[in-house]
Amino acid sequence: MREIDAGLLSSAIAGLCVDANYNIAPDIEEAFKRARDTEAGELARRVLDDLLENAAIAAEGLLPLCQDTGMAVVFVEIGQDVHVSGSLKDAINDGVRRGYEYGFLRKSVVADPIDRVNTGDNTPAIIYCDVVPGDSLLVTVAPKGFGSENMSAMSMLKPSEGIEGVKKFVIETVRKAGPNPCPPIVIGVGVGGTADYASLSAKKALLRSVGSANPSAFWDKVERDLLGRINALGIGPAGLGGHTTALAVFISPYPTHIAGLPVAVNIGCHSTRHRSIRL
Amino acid sequence: MSTEGGTKKISTPLSDEVIKGLSAGDRVLITGVVYTARDAAHKRMFEILERGEDMPFDFFGQIVYYAGPSPARPGAAIGSIGPTTSGRMDAYSPALIKIGLKAMIGKGLRNEDVKRAIVSHCGVYMAAIGGAGALISRSVKRARVIAFPELGAEAIRMLDVEDFPAIVAIDSSGRDIYDMAGTD
Repeated sequence: MREIDAGLLSSAIAGLCVDANYNIAPDIEEAFKRARDTEAGELARRVLDDLLENAAIAAEGLLPLCQDTGMAVVFVEIGQDVHVSGSLKDAINDGVRRGYEYGFLRKSVVADPIDRVNTGDNTPAIIYCDVVPGDSLLVTVAPKGFGSENMSAMSMLKPSEGIEGVKKFVIETVRKAGPNPCPPIVIGVGVGGTADYASLSAKKALLRSVGSANPSAFWDKVERDLLGRINALGIGPAGLGGHTTALAVFISPYPTHIAGLPVAVNIGCHSTRHRSIRL
Repeated sequence: MSTEGGTKKISTPLSDEVIKGLSAGDRVLITGVVYTARDAAHKRMFEILERGEDMPFDFFGQIVYYAGPSPARPGAAIGSIGPTTSGRMDAYSPALIKIGLKAMIGKGLRNEDVKRAIVSHCGVYMAAIGGAGALISRSVKRARVIAFPELGAEAIRMLDVEDFPAIVAIDSSGRDIYDMAGTD
């Protein structure tokens, strides 16, 4: 049994919070550049130039990409031959607390959804743990802004609605979101499982790299079709019109019940931030 | 107002004449004073208004920016400061426009009530680019909290801005760039 000190995990989380908020991912930056070269409209190109400049300014290290440095969503894949000494949950929240303080990141979490008093340190994080074979920890921090999170949706479709029902729901969710989630967006879709599982799958789907193919030929084709149809909506960068409404559609299917067809859409903004480290 | 390379330069406070010269889709650079206020500050201002008490600042001719900055580093005027989604302020905006608020900066869609208030009071709604908070921060020269300091990022800040970049989203005649965007 391998021992990993909770303090090490905490420091890793703090570093990931800062890195994700200051440095645009290379796949996203490439996608901006590609879109910049293919957009027809002057305003759309201008927005993409601004986003590239914004990333350059943030990378100098003095400012996060966006003032909404998100609620910290943390995924931990725990190897079953690893033992974390100390409290895993405390270590994660301690890391978030340190990262948000050290990195001058905004504290955007309120303790109660109704009386809404800020917790002051951006904790608690949203934590998902999964136990996997092996003797290491894979830690991912995905700071999630709520301009995009608020535009997410889920629906329990009837099985008879099939793939066309799924596509219709995804397109309708994006159309309704319009300019609000900071397009060009990344779209995570969870299909199958249960209501909660589809929602989690949609969020996790956002962790894929822009440009990566779905391992299933069927779902890869669905992703391409959806991306094309969504980019034909005309919403465009910042919602000001154009052909780049989404950078990617990522679908995560899962077995489900004979009576159901759950579908969830989690929208990521143009920065769709996430960073991972293996300990 | 002056025009430079297709961009209109405007200064605060905004007169009706300047506002009438702005059309949906115009790029503008704003110089002067802008007040930040978002969800929690709007709720409080609305409650102050309902109680008939004095507001934390005089709205007449002013611009409200829907933003909650990230913390400023020592020596910096401000942290990252891009717009938040405006639609969450729709419930409060018509009442503020009625008492003199002239312009709003945010991102995303507004409802029909806000559009009507803009048209009937010669107002304007401008969009800043969502998620470009680092870039936008460069136009903020000075910031100070003028109300609700306990709200932290959501406090009302008075910002001195120079060439703050925005795009006219709903003009004083009610034309909405987002309606135009979805129809190509």
